[in-house]
Amino acid sequence: MLYTILVFAPLVGALIAGLFGRMIGDRASQVVTCGFMALSAACAIASFFLNIYGEPFKVVLFDWIVVGSFDTQWALRIDGLSASMMLVVSFISFLIHVYSVGYMAEDASIPRFMSYLSLFTFAMLMLVTSDNLIQLFFGWEGVGVASYLLIGFWYDRASACAAAMKAFIVNRVGDFGLILGIAACYLVFDSVQYDVIFANAASFADSTIVVFGYEFNTLTIIGVLLFIGAMGKSAQLGLHTWLPDAMEGPTPVSALIHAATMVTAGVFLVARFSPLYEYAPTALAMVAFIGASTAFFAATIGMVQNDIKRVIAYSTCSQLGYMFFACGVSAYSAGVFHLFTHAFFKALLFLGAGSVIHAMHHEQDMRKMGGIWNKIPITYAMMWIGSLALMGIPFFAGYYSKDAILEAAWASHAPFARYAFWLGIGAAFLTAFYSGRLLWLTFHGTPRADHHTMEHVHESPMVMLVPLFCLAGGALFAGWLAQGMIAPDAAWWSGAIFMRGEPNILEELHHVPTLVRFAPLIVGVAGFGLSLVLYLLVPSVPGRIAAALRPVYLFLLNKWYFDELYDRIFVQPAKAVGSVFWRGGDGLVIDGFGPDGVAAATGRLARQTARLQTGYVYHYAFAMLIGVAALVTWYLFFVR
Amino acid sequence: MTPAPLLDLMPALPEFLLLLAGLLFLVIGVLREGDGVRLIGPLSALSLVIAAAIILASDKTAADTFGGHFRMDAFAAFLKVLIYVGVAAAILVSQNFLEDERIARFEFPLLALFGALGMGMMVSANSFLALYMSLELQSLSVYVLAAGHRDTLRSTEAGLKYFILGSLASGLLLYGISLVYGFTGTVMFDQIGSLLRDENASLSSGALVGLVFIAAGICFKLGVVPFHMWTPDVYEGAPTPVGAYIASAPKLAAMGLLLRVLIDPFGAWVGQWQQIIVFVAIASMLLGAFAAIMQTNFKRLMAYSGIANIGYALVGLAAGTRDGVDGVLVFMAIYMVMTLGTFACILAMRRQGSYVEDINELAGLSRRQPILALILTILMFSLAGIPPTAGFFGKFYVFKAAIDANLTWLAVIGLLSSVVACYYYLRIVKLVWFDQAAEPFDLPLRPAIGAVAGISAILLIVAVLAINPLFASAGIAASAIFH
Repeated sequence: MLYTILVFAPLVGALIAGLFGRMIGDRASQVVTCGFMALSAACAIASFFLNIYGEPFKVVLFDWIVVGSFDTQWALRIDGLSASMMLVVSFISFLIHVYSVGYMAEDASIPRFMSYLSLFTFAMLMLVTSDNLIQLFFGWEGVGVASYLLIGFWYDRASACAAAMKAFIVNRVGDFGLILGIAACYLVFDSVQYDVIFANAASFADSTIVVFGYEFNTLTIIGVLLFIGAMGKSAQLGLHTWLPDAMEGPTPVSALIHAATMVTAGVFLVARFSPLYEYAPTALAMVAFIGASTAFFAATIGMVQNDIKRVIAYSTCSQLGYMFFACGVSAYSAGVFHLFTHAFFKALLFLGAGSVIHAMHHEQDMRKMGGIWNKIPITYAMMWIGSLALMGIPFFAGYYSKDAILEAAWASHAPFARYAFWLGIGAAFLTAFYSGRLLWLTFHGTPRADHHTMEHVHESPMVMLVPLFCLAGGALFAGWLAQGMIAPDAAWWSGAIFMRGEPNILEELHHVPTLVRFAPLIVGVAGFGLSLVLYLLVPSVPGRIAAALRPVYLFLLNKWYFDELYDRIFVQPAKAVGSVFWRGGDGLVIDGFGPDGVAAATGRLARQTARLQTGYVYHYAFAMLIGVAALVTWYLFFVR
Repeated sequence: MTPAPLLDLMPALPEFLLLLAGLLFLVIGVLREGDGVRLIGPLSALSLVIAAAIILASDKTAADTFGGHFRMDAFAAFLKVLIYVGVAAAILVSQNFLEDERIARFEFPLLALFGALGMGMMVSANSFLALYMSLELQSLSVYVLAAGHRDTLRSTEAGLKYFILGSLASGLLLYGISLVYGFTGTVMFDQIGSLLRDENASLSSGALVGLVFIAAGICFKLGVVPFHMWTPDVYEGAPTPVGAYIASAPKLAAMGLLLRVLIDPFGAWVGQWQQIIVFVAIASMLLGAFAAIMQTNFKRLMAYSGIANIGYALVGLAAGTRDGVDGVLVFMAIYMVMTLGTFACILAMRRQGSYVEDINELAGLSRRQPILALILTILMFSLAGIPPTAGFFGKFYVFKAAIDANLTWLAVIGLLSSVVACYYYLRIVKLVWFDQAAEPFDLPLRPAIGAVAGISAILLIVAVLAINPLFASAGIAASAIFH
């Protein structure tokens, strides 16, 4: 019952606000959705303490699809992993519901917004509690739809609609991989139930499967396909292009969906499938390679962006890379640990940024900010906490998880482990740099906003600040409190995460050299110091560097030209092909001979038949006589 | 079988009632001069309804009178009820029009009444003599009615055209009857029927040619291709209520006549006459569908629509089976309701005292007169044959009968042409609901017109519930003419 309420309370809220929002009004919609979310969050906290270190079990709701041997139930799978995820999802979602009450106060369609948020939460909970791949897919697509709806929430802005479509379409590419992965699982294991798949994964470790005439390792294929799905949802290198654009959505959406929860679904998927990935080293190597590359790549772009939300978005992309390469070196626990801490401090950063944007009259360009730290001190302090946690400064949440990941990368002997380590260190330096840059540009220096805006800079209302305090609490203490996640015995997860190797990677990471242990801190402080010099002490330097290294600067500013590349390789050719089929195939052939041709012929025939009616009575009589004559002739000559 | 006494006139009781009523109203009308129409119109309608009620109440077993020339059976009863009610409705909707156009003479309802008498006798005709006489009684009434607006060119032209072509058709019919009489030696349907059944082997080509001529004569009354040329001109030229009258009941009577002649005396020659019917059915459906597209005059459009609809009905007859005839009867009943309702709507198209007929005048009707717009929409959907309106079931039964009789290709042609026909029906719906509003029509709606339009629309909707009883009683009627 606890779990059913946990998962379905947001759905009830979404339905009430969505269907009856106009009737019950804005305030009631907010109360209803926040109320049901509070209920769900309370259940999630209870479930968290009940189930970590506990025994895994299932809550069977009902049979879903029963066709022949294909049997799918609708069940909630409760173990350490799903309990941790539910806590993150429900609790942060609740805070963001509350924050939205303040942030969206002046919006025209509040019930719709609240309803979408709750709907998203339901889908995400469905995803993390799934007991089989079909149910996972339901949640996966559900969060995709909610994300689409929320990115395009301000549907009267062309850029928001384009961003929503882009998110949806890029995700389809990933989903294609996921669907194939699900199909491959069913083909190989004859089931979509996790239990069956995980129990039998080891026995298929050396089997092969023939795809297009080539033999591949079965588990590698499945692992790679599932990872392609994860890449789409979690914005990994290649399929990352939608995430920065998704910032077109309202800021609470960016915080909830595009930082704390939905984008981490891919990490969850890989961690959930650890019993399978452990037997698919090639797939794991790919995970490590893509994750590490993304971590570094996104951080380089984050250095030069000017939109405050985009900086944080690339930071999210980069941090997701960390989580993936942790999984790629078998340190799934470390990856999910980072997911857990990151959810708090990244949501904090986004909501803080939202508070800044709110204060600056919806200005998002950091070049037009500056010098406002003493006007919005609470937000300023919150942003510091979030940034320090992100940089991995000791005893903030990010410190525990990020260091664990980098140590695991060093300790691991998996392919690309060293590659991941060095790129991770590089990315840590860049992370500290762009976090510092964000703080200096936004809050310090000379005010660059116009006089009118500066006069009206104001601290956000309490309804927005209280969620910030809660998240700041998470950013401060979540890492320390949840250290049990990376204990070598993995008891926290109650069996959900599986690791091979004796001693396992979580044991090994405690035996890395001291220098490795301090490396993240050293580069972090260095990066932060550099940003301090460049943007606070000698603010003329960055412009000169950018001018001197103009090609590099442009390359980074234009996000490595990924969008342009995709436009050239995929979008334009697809449009050209579409145009050929549209104009030639559909327009000329199908319409020409089909609807248009038939209609034109009908029109001609109609004109001709109408012309038969001359109005002369002798023509009429003639027609009658011809008719009779023709019929008689027919009978006399042909019938007998 | 005991021969009925010559003077047992009970089977013709409704017709006698109509005759006496007509003669009485004639005297009244002559005596009362000016405002006779106000009295005689409703009285005529009342007497028709009483006649229909008598038929409904009476025994439906077959009974002959006038020496076997007149037969009252379930088939005749079914059609007569519809015809009398239809004519009554046509008379009722005509009253206001006649007054508005200053042609309110008591002869109008009276001629309609005599026409109804002729139609009643047509569907009861049991010999070629009775057939010809009743047909002419009906036709002569209609010729005069069509020319009723005698001060206008179009009305007189319509009446004259109809009369000339009608005479030609009568000539064809008479020639055909004479041929059949010459080759069989009798004009009685029973005797011809048994003769043809007996000597099934030898087909007399003379009687066959006679059959073609007779069919052509009746097809003229039905207005099917190639004997349809008069319909658009007459519908358009004749006063609108006369159009409503011509388009409804006489089609039923002529169809009844055709059914009885082809099934009863010539039933043994199904294989032969089927080919005529198939030909005229296809030609009518196609011409009706295509030519109507170009029409902007609503009455002219209804003329082509009528041609196409009779074509669909003939698809059922072409099957030559009991189910086919059953389908034809159901179809014609629905057709009459749709036609009367639509003409009532045309009569509602009156702006600043004068009647308009162009379909573009309907633009934006929904904004000013939503109920009339809804009624017209139901009628048009029904004419287009869109479920759940009755029009769908009418087409369904005739096409189904054709498919059961291995005439699938004919049903396919019918379906395709009804797709084309959808265009002009739905164009009216589009005009009514989506186009820029024109000036509103005169209000309030006349009670009689509103009642006929409204009741027909309601009937077409509730027919979904009553289609099985209707089909069953039509089945009993159809069985009466099969031997």
